[in-house]
Amino acid sequence: MRPLDLLWLIPALPFAGAAVNGLLLRNRHKPLVTAIGVGAPGLSLVLALAALWDYVANLRPQPFEQFLYAWTTGSLAIDVAFRVDPLSAVMLFVVTFVGFWIHVYSVGYMGHDPGYRRFFAYMNLFMGAMLLLVLGNNLLVMFVGWEGVGLCSYLLIGYYFEEAFPPFAGKKAFVVNRIGDFAFLLGIFTLFSEYGTLHFGQLTERILADPGAAQRPFLLGLSLAGFTALCFFIGATGKSAQIPLFVWLPDAMAGPTPVSALIHAATMVTAGVYMVVRTNVLYQMAPEISTLVAVIGAATAIVAATIGLAQNDIKKVLAYSTVSQLGYMFLAAGVGAYVAAIFHLATHAFFKACLFLGSGSVIHAMGGEQDMRKMGGLKKQLPATYRTFWISTLAIAGIPPLAGFFSKDEILAGTFAHPGALYRVLWVVGLLTAGLTACYMFRAVYLTFEGKFRGSHEQAHHLHESPRVMTVPLVVLATGAVVAGWIGIPKGVWETFGAHDRNLLHHFLSPVVAEVHGAGAEHGMSHLVEWLLMAASVAIALAGIGIARSQWKRRGLEADAAFAARTPVVQRLLENKYWVDEIYDRLVVRPLAALARGCWKIVDTLIIDGGLHVGAFVTELTGDLGRFTTTGNVRQYALYFLGGVVLLFWWMVL
Amino acid sequence: MTVPVSWYLLLAAALFAIGVIGALTRRSGIAIFLSIELMLNAANLTLAAYSRLLGDRAGQMVVFFALAVAAAEAAVGLALFINIFRLRRTIDVNRLNLMRW
Repeated sequence: MRPLDLLWLIPALPFAGAAVNGLLLRNRHKPLVTAIGVGAPGLSLVLALAALWDYVANLRPQPFEQFLYAWTTGSLAIDVAFRVDPLSAVMLFVVTFVGFWIHVYSVGYMGHDPGYRRFFAYMNLFMGAMLLLVLGNNLLVMFVGWEGVGLCSYLLIGYYFEEAFPPFAGKKAFVVNRIGDFAFLLGIFTLFSEYGTLHFGQLTERILADPGAAQRPFLLGLSLAGFTALCFFIGATGKSAQIPLFVWLPDAMAGPTPVSALIHAATMVTAGVYMVVRTNVLYQMAPEISTLVAVIGAATAIVAATIGLAQNDIKKVLAYSTVSQLGYMFLAAGVGAYVAAIFHLATHAFFKACLFLGSGSVIHAMGGEQDMRKMGGLKKQLPATYRTFWISTLAIAGIPPLAGFFSKDEILAGTFAHPGALYRVLWVVGLLTAGLTACYMFRAVYLTFEGKFRGSHEQAHHLHESPRVMTVPLVVLATGAVVAGWIGIPKGVWETFGAHDRNLLHHFLSPVVAEVHGAGAEHGMSHLVEWLLMAASVAIALAGIGIARSQWKRRGLEADAAFAARTPVVQRLLENKYWVDEIYDRLVVRPLAALARGCWKIVDTLIIDGGLHVGAFVTELTGDLGRFTTTGNVRQYALYFLGGVVLLFWWMVL
Repeated sequence: MTVPVSWYLLLAAALFAIGVIGALTRRSGIAIFLSIELMLNAANLTLAAYSRLLGDRAGQMVVFFALAVAAAEAAVGLALFINIFRLRRTIDVNRLNLMRW
């Protein structure tokens, strides 16, 4: 038996772990809960590594498929089956690896929480659903995983259900995601009715076999490919928090920090990117939708980055940073740089998970405080957290040779290389965002770790470095944040130094990108341009860091105050996140609530309830009239009886 | 000389009418009970008279059945009234008005 044959166990183990922890064990079995809660993802990681090794060594680039059972048969034939191809292989590694280390970290972080067992049950359930999403070989299995992770996201955002805000945030996330899911489903239905299959490989084949059919006008003035691509993209904007559906992600920070790291940074929110890359054949056939994806991605990137500058909650900064980085990934997908999108997804998973866990370590030390205004000077007390956080910040800022540099540079290069003036604008936006990213991340670093401590005496006394079970995952993920980029060192760099092209990721992933004639052609760029682009992105990152250093390193909060004093309008705009939540509230939530109230008051209370009440009233009235006959007086009953007999006699005899 | 059948029938009708009036007007449970017995026996008398007129014994057989059933019914009825009396200290049907809304 080869390792790949055990593929089904990879999602099954966390599911089993969730079932055992959630249903069988009790809170008092804490060591066992830990063993299962961490052991199941750990075993999954081992199995995934073995399977990936098997796949890369023996099968690549052919996809490996494992059939489990036929879910439905007949004309709607859908199998439950798993697929390992280069794309899902990368995802599989990222999800199991990052997921496992976050589980380890959670043992320390959630150690004193009364809901420890529930937490691990949900986390394992999430891992199972995410792996189902990644491994499914057709859109429906993917959708099941997609909904599963949505459910777990909801459960874990609202984990602290005794408080007021987390359940609200969970609901908000669920409802906003619902909008996207609806579009995703529509896309699935369309593809199935047109092509009769949901299998990724067959779908790509059938679409490529007849490009004319895919490009014929279909709905809303879009081609068939365009319509489905748009549907899928709307689905992705929900799950991956893009404009206009990004509002749920910052609120999702109400969940425990490991949840933010696992679900709302490293894995679930990247599912939209994965899905778009998975169906890249559609996007290649619909250039107008690809342009939309790129524009939305770039817009989200810069909008979120600017908001991130003015946040004081350390997790909110990271949340907006995540939204912004996801925007980058969609920018990449929009310009046809699918490999770059997945590359950034993978590197982002490492450094953003590390940043979130680092912030968790800080919050842990601060006794639950998340406001950076009350922190400061923590680098002495939290050396390991400080170092890993700092490395990951450098990585996200895009400083070579850390991971973020290579992936971000590839996205910017891909945008720059795309023909058309619009894409130059997008490139400038991307570049600006890179500078902003460096700036707001270093602001967070300086406010948190530099300067003087601004918290209370009690907190100062309580400060301590987190236990090993939390710092080891930090170190592992920080290491990933350093080295993960090296698998995708661009071709130009190798060739400049006269070496063979060793852009491993590109070679590995290129079979995943469908070859559509007249679309997504390789854009040739001279090495000089490539180096210049790299220099530009490093320069702007350094500029961003420089600004942050000059403003916040020593002055700390005064810099914020000075900024607010100089540009009060901008400050208010950013602090209030462009009032997007408020605008949605006025434009969408309230009208919908009014409509619902109308349905309730008029349709339900007045028409339905009213109708029932009339019926009940008539019945009661007849009953009231009738009941005067039943007095309980036996002789009166006898009289009725006599009357009846007389009547019967009269009717039958006479 | 034989008594004409019409006399028997008139007697039976009279008995029946007395029974009906008694059952409707008396307040004592026992009296109502007796009135019902009266109606029953009026019917029996009719049956017997017609049996005689038509020379068919089947009518008289039915009377015997009816008598047997009436006896059983009387036993049950009396038992009921005794129990009601024990519970309520009365068998005045105007005051036994539990069977109502």
